[in-house]
Amino acid sequence: MCVVCGCAAPGPVQHQHPHQHAHTASGDLHYGTGAARVSVPGMSQARAIKLEADVLGANNAIAAQNRAHFMSHHVSAYNLVSSPGSGKTTLLCATIEALKQRAPGLPVAVIEGDQQTTHDADRIRATGAPAIQVNTGKGCHLDAPMVADAFAHLHHHAHHDHEPSLLFIENVGNLVCPAMWDLGERAKVAVLSVTEGEDKPLKYPDLFAAASLMVLNKTDLLPHLDFDVAQCIDYARRVNPGIEVLLVSAKTGVGMDAWLDWLLQA
Amino acid sequence: MHELSLAGGIVRVVEDAAAREGFTRVAQLRLEAGALAGVDTRALRFALEASLPGTCLEGAEVLIDEPPGTAWCLRCAHAVPITTRLDPCPDCGGHQLQPTGGTELRVLDLVVHD
Repeated sequence: MCVVCGCAAPGPVQHQHPHQHAHTASGDLHYGTGAARVSVPGMSQARAIKLEADVLGANNAIAAQNRAHFMSHHVSAYNLVSSPGSGKTTLLCATIEALKQRAPGLPVAVIEGDQQTTHDADRIRATGAPAIQVNTGKGCHLDAPMVADAFAHLHHHAHHDHEPSLLFIENVGNLVCPAMWDLGERAKVAVLSVTEGEDKPLKYPDLFAAASLMVLNKTDLLPHLDFDVAQCIDYARRVNPGIEVLLVSAKTGVGMDAWLDWLLQA
Repeated sequence: MHELSLAGGIVRVVEDAAAREGFTRVAQLRLEAGALAGVDTRALRFALEASLPGTCLEGAEVLIDEPPGTAWCLRCAHAVPITTRLDPCPDCGGHQLQPTGGTELRVLDLVVHD
C-alpha cells in the first residue's frame, strides 16, 4: 500500500501516481518536513523518503511476467544451477535423447548461459533441440530480463501454444550468484557431480536452499571415489529440509528414468 | 561478485524514486541486508562505492542494517534465532529449519535534497 495516498498499489517501486502529492495526504504544502523542521529561503532542505523497496524488485517483476508467460504457453521451465563442470550440458543432451523415446513429440528447448562461447548451445543443437546461447560477458548469473529476451527469440507463438513443452535454462556455472535471481522457472535444480565432494551443500548453502531438487550426477564414477552419498544428502537436507534428491549418471543412463519422471510430473 | 548487480539494482530503485519524487541528491541511503540474504555486506559496500559516482547517490552516506536470521523449527514448532543456514536449532539440535526472517534485501529509506 502507498503510505502517502493510501491506495492499494503493490509497492512503492512500481507505483506511479498521475497526481503530484505534496508529501501530505491532503495535498497541503508543508515546509517543515525536512530534517531541520524549518524552511530557509535559498537553502534546499533534506527530507526523508521511505521506500522499503526490494533490491531485486525489478528482476522479480520480470520473473513474474516470465512465469505467467510460461504458464500461458504450457511451458515447464527448469533452472539448472551448479558449479562449472558438473555435467549440466551432458545431462541435458542425455535428457533430450531419452525424451525422444519416452515422450516423442514433446517440444524441448534450452537457454544456455555462459560468460563466453556458444559451445554449449552448439552441443544442444546437435541433438536437434532448439537452443539459444546467452553470453553474460562479465556477468556471473542469468537474470530475468535475459531469459525474457532469450525466450522471445526461441518461442514462436504460432506453434505449440496448447501443447505442453519443456524449457531448460542452464545457468552460468557458479554455486553462489544464481541462487538469488528468480528467472520465472517452475523450480531450480542443483546439479552436483560426485567428483566435487559431498560437503558442497554446506559450503554453498544459499544455492542448495533455493533448489527444489538436487541431482547427484556422474554416479558411474562412485566406485573410484570416496564420495559419501548419504552424508551429501544429509548435508543438503540440513540447509534445505524439503530438497528432493536423485542419483543420475548422464553417461551410462542409470537413474535417468527417475529424472524424467520428475520432469514430466504434472 | 553478484553484489555489483545488486548495487546496480539499488541505484535503479533510488533513481526511479528520484524521478517520481523529484529530488536530485541523496544525503543518506539506508539498506537492509538480512543475515540470510546471501549478501556479503563488505562486498556490497565496495560495489556501491564503484556504482554511485555520477548518480544522484554520489557522496551519499550508506547505512546497512543487518537484521538477524530467524527460522521456524519444524520439530519444536516455534521460531528460533539462527546466524547462518547451517545452524542447528538451538533447542533441539535438529536441522528441520525453515528460514522466516533475515532474508530481506531492501532499500529502506533515503534522506534527500531537492
